[in-house]
Parts: sequence; C-alpha cells; structure tokens
Amino acid sequence: MSGKHRKVAYYPGCALEETGHAYNRSTKELGKALGLELVELENWNCCGAMEVKNLDPKLQTYLSARNLAIAGKMGFDTVMAPCNGCYHNLKKAEYDLGHDAGSREVVERLSQKAGHETYEAGGVSTIHALDWIKEAIGEDGLKNRVENSLKGLKIANYYGCMYTRPRHIFPEKDKGPGSESTSKPHFMDDLLAAAGADCVEFPLRTACCGGAHTLSDSDISTKLVLNLLTTAEACGAEVIATECPTCHTGLEMHQVRAEKVFGRKTRVKILYFTQLLGMALGLSARRVGVQENLSDASDLLRQKGLG
Amino acid sequence: MPIHEKSLIRPENLAIHEDLTIEGVDVSGHWSTFIKSRAVTDYNEAMEQEIAALPGGEYIHRCWQCGSCTNSCTVNAVNPDFNPRYWIYLIRLGMEEELLRDKDIVWQCVSCNKCTYACPRDVNPEGVMKATAHWLELKGHTDQKPSMAFDEIFSAQVFATGKIEEGRIIRQFFARTGQSLFQDWLLALARGLAKRLPVGLLARLGFAALFRPRTSGWGRAQAAMAEYLGEQQAARRSALGIEEGAKR
Ligand code: SF4
Ligand code: SF4
Repeated sequence: MSGKHRKVAYYPGCALEETGHAYNRSTKELGKALGLELVELENWNCCGAMEVKNLDPKLQTYLSARNLAIAGKMGFDTVMAPCNGCYHNLKKAEYDLGHDAGSREVVERLSQKAGHETYEAGGVSTIHALDWIKEAIGEDGLKNRVENSLKGLKIANYYGCMYTRPRHIFPEKDKGPGSESTSKPHFMDDLLAAAGADCVEFPLRTACCGGAHTLSDSDISTKLVLNLLTTAEACGAEVIATECPTCHTGLEMHQVRAEKVFGRKTRVKILYFTQLLGMALGLSARRVGVQENLSDASDLLRQKGLG
Repeated sequence: MPIHEKSLIRPENLAIHEDLTIEGVDVSGHWSTFIKSRAVTDYNEAMEQEIAALPGGEYIHRCWQCGSCTNSCTVNAVNPDFNPRYWIYLIRLGMEEELLRDKDIVWQCVSCNKCTYACPRDVNPEGVMKATAHWLELKGHTDQKPSMAFDEIFSAQVFATGKIEEGRIIRQFFARTGQSLFQDWLLALARGLAKRLPVGLLARLGFAALFRPRTSGWGRAQAAMAEYLGEQQAARRSALGIEEGAKR
C-alpha cells in the first residue's frame, strides 16, 4: 500500500445518481472496505457528457473547470471520477486549459461572471476509480484482503472509448511498466486477477458500445453491443466487467434489445468491477447493489458462492 | 490498376467491358473496369473554410488522406458508406454535390475517437464529423437529426439546472422524435427493473417526477453560458453567410 489517495475528492456525476446507482453504491462500499475516504464535491455540476461539446466545446470545458475549481477550494489536489465520461471531460479540461489560451480565456470569463474561482491548470488532477484502487491499494494489497476469492470466474474486461482516447489528454498513460496503456489497458484486468478472477483475452476491450447514440441511433448501438457480447462469450467469459455507467447501461439495455428486436440472445452477465472487487472482499451482493443492475447475475453469483 | 473503394464511384460512371482485348491480351471482366472521365465545374470553394469555422472542424486542412480514420472507424465497420477520409477529401476540394449524397449518415458518428487516436496529422476527424453534420443542418441540407435533437435537449437541461435527470431527457427525446415510450424492449427493461429495484430508485429514474436534481446558485453560471453561446452561434451563422434571425 502506497499511502497515496487515502482521501480524495469524489465526483460521482449525474449518471451515478440514477441509472448508474449501483456503481455509486459499490464504489463507496469498496472505499469503505479498503479504508479509503471519499469526500463528495460540494454542489457539483454535470460535466456535459458527450452532448454539450456538440453545441460548444469550450462550454463543456467550463463545466469541468467549475468542478475542478470546487475540488481546489475544498483543499484537494486529486479528484476521483468513476464514470468514463466525467473522467474524460475533466482530463480534457485539464489538458485544454494547460495548452490552449482560447479555452483559458473563455473559462476565466465565465467563472468571473458566474462568481466563483477560476481553475488554474495544474492545480487539481483527475484520476479514474481504477487508478484510485490500483495506486492506493495495488494488487498485493488486494490479495492480502481477499476474503472470498472470485475463484477463477471468467471475466472479459471492457474499458470502452473515453478511458483511453484521444491519448493526448492522458499524459500519464503509456509511460512504460506500471503505467496504464492506451492501446491495451490492463488496470481492471490486474485488479480483478488479484481478486482471483480468470481474465480472458478480450480483443474488444476498447471497442465502442455506441453509447453516444444509445437512443438516437438504437440499431447501430445494438449491433455494436451485440458484437461485444458475442465476442466476450466466444472468448469464454461468464461476466463482462465494466468501469463506466454509460457503457454498463448500454450493454445491459442493448442485450435486452438485441433479444427483443433482433432475436439474438446472449447469456454473459454484466457487472461493475467495483461490485466484483467488493464481493471478493467479502461484501454481500446486496451491499454492492447487484439487485440494481438490469442484467440479473444473481444465479451465476450464487452458483460461484459469491454475494 | 484495380479500382480501390469501387463503392465510391457511381455505377453510371463505371465502364465495364465484358469482351476486351488490348494488344492481344484479354482484359475482360474485372480487369476492364474503368472510370469514365468527367469534368467537374461546380466546386463550392467556400465549403472547407465554412466547416473549419465550426467547432471541431478547425484542423481539416492538415489532412493528407492516409485513410487511417476510415480504417479504424467504428461506424464504417457497420456501414461502409460512412467514410470520414472520403468526406474530408470532398470538403477540401469543394465537391458539395458528392458530399450531399451522404448527408443523411454523417450524423451517425458515435464519437468513439478511434479516428482521432489513429490520425497521424492531428486533424481531429471526430470533430470534423460533428462540424460537417452541423454545417449540413445550418445550411438547410438536412433536417435536425435525432442525435442533434438529443444534444439540444440534454444541453438545455444542463444549462437550466446544472445537472441532468435521465428519465426526463428520455421522455422529452422520445416526444420530440415522435417515438413511443412503449416499445417492446423498453417495456421488457422496465418490467425487469420493477421486479428488483427499490421504489425510491425507480422514482429517480423518471418513472415518477419526484426527484429534480439541480446545482444550487446556478443562475449566474447559466446566464454567463447563455450569453457566450449566443455570441458563438451568431459568429458561426455569419461565417456561413446565414442571415441573422434566419432559423436553421
Ligand atoms: S487519419 Fe487524419 S490525415 Fe489520415 S485521412 Fe483521416 S483525417 Fe486525414
Ligand atoms: S469518432 Fe466517429 S468518425 Fe471517428 S472513428 Fe468513431 S465513429 Fe468513426
């Protein structure tokens, strides 16, 4: 254990208050079980997801800058965001404000008019929930605390788009051994393997689930998700582990839609990595919100003696 | 030379000789497919600059046509007509008529950024797709596409309250695009949820409008953003030569 990230600012984001509630619950429970403290950002706002940028990218930068300024004001230098969309937008704001005078100008103007401090580039840095566990506890730390090993549960780890692309906004990635890779991310594989899972080789780990058009172009989303689900099954996975509420809900929704609209049934279950780690630490399935998932994994978990 | 991406050539411009011998060599069938020569005179020379004036389109001039974007593209794998490399080519040359053939699929870009990751020239092809979709809409070549309607409904709620409420967005989006909330698969989802979820969370998901998330003291931020967005939109309309007051 490194002593890093023992206490960080927590930015749940909108999705974690609604469809991604199970992710919120399991992240908090996991933190508690590991003795890591999360302090929620006060009066945070939506990061703009994948939508506001299409009206104006600098407005989206402002939305994240406001959240980063709040973290700074609360005395934190690190903010942890479990949602890929939030994480991506905060990282992008950090990058743009460090590199683009035009973005700085707009953020300064809007922050002044809105009446709050302006975020200064470099003041606060963003980490993902995966970085948080990996750096605060690490694989060895986890191994020592596993109470209920995942016992070779076959897992395909799905990272999606926003965790690694575009690469320039993630300056800490691709820095050799120990760092995360943008072409073949592995932090989730590392952590779940430490908890006893058998992580299968899953080539679509950073493929797209069509999350941006989940509702506006449902057929494409269903095709993309179906491809992920069938490939995961072909790789031998019983579970797809996720680390983003949009991907997670997209996979669940389109698994149902693929069956109802295209008549293609798949059996692979979808669980947040925080739920899996929580259960490995001995938390019950209920504590980590398995009943809140659309994808009903209870039978499989019982069969494996988990939860 | 065999023709790559033959799908990009209109069938009427392809000349295939079923029976052709040149200098004693039989070049019938596949080897005798030619593109008919043609003269293009109606270039829209303003098109590249206009798209470059919209957010995301700024770096289109850097493109050297390597094709890495199309090669890595998520939507291209599902629909081969979705071809960022080709559209950038058409835009840079000003071949508006050819671009308009694909006007109804440009919006389908899912913003996965595979292209941006692969592009060796930092063109930001994902941004170019968004700028092009906006250009098509602002110029009146297309109606508002579902994804743009979704962006607007979503953003309006962020601007108004600082947060979003998914259930409300979904209801508004389905209403605006004329879809029923009572589709088989949605009902199946709702039934599955209702079996297991606590009532409080169901309510939050918008099956009842009890929970209204909002950021407090948001009014000043809202006003500042509205003012800024208004200025930007006016600047974009003027860059595209669209008269003030004209709605889309
Ligand atoms: S990858 Fe970049 S340089 Fe290559 S064709 Fe696409 S936009 Fe142009
Ligand atoms: S961002 Fe759009 S254009 Fe680029 S690869 Fe993804 S779907 Fe294709």
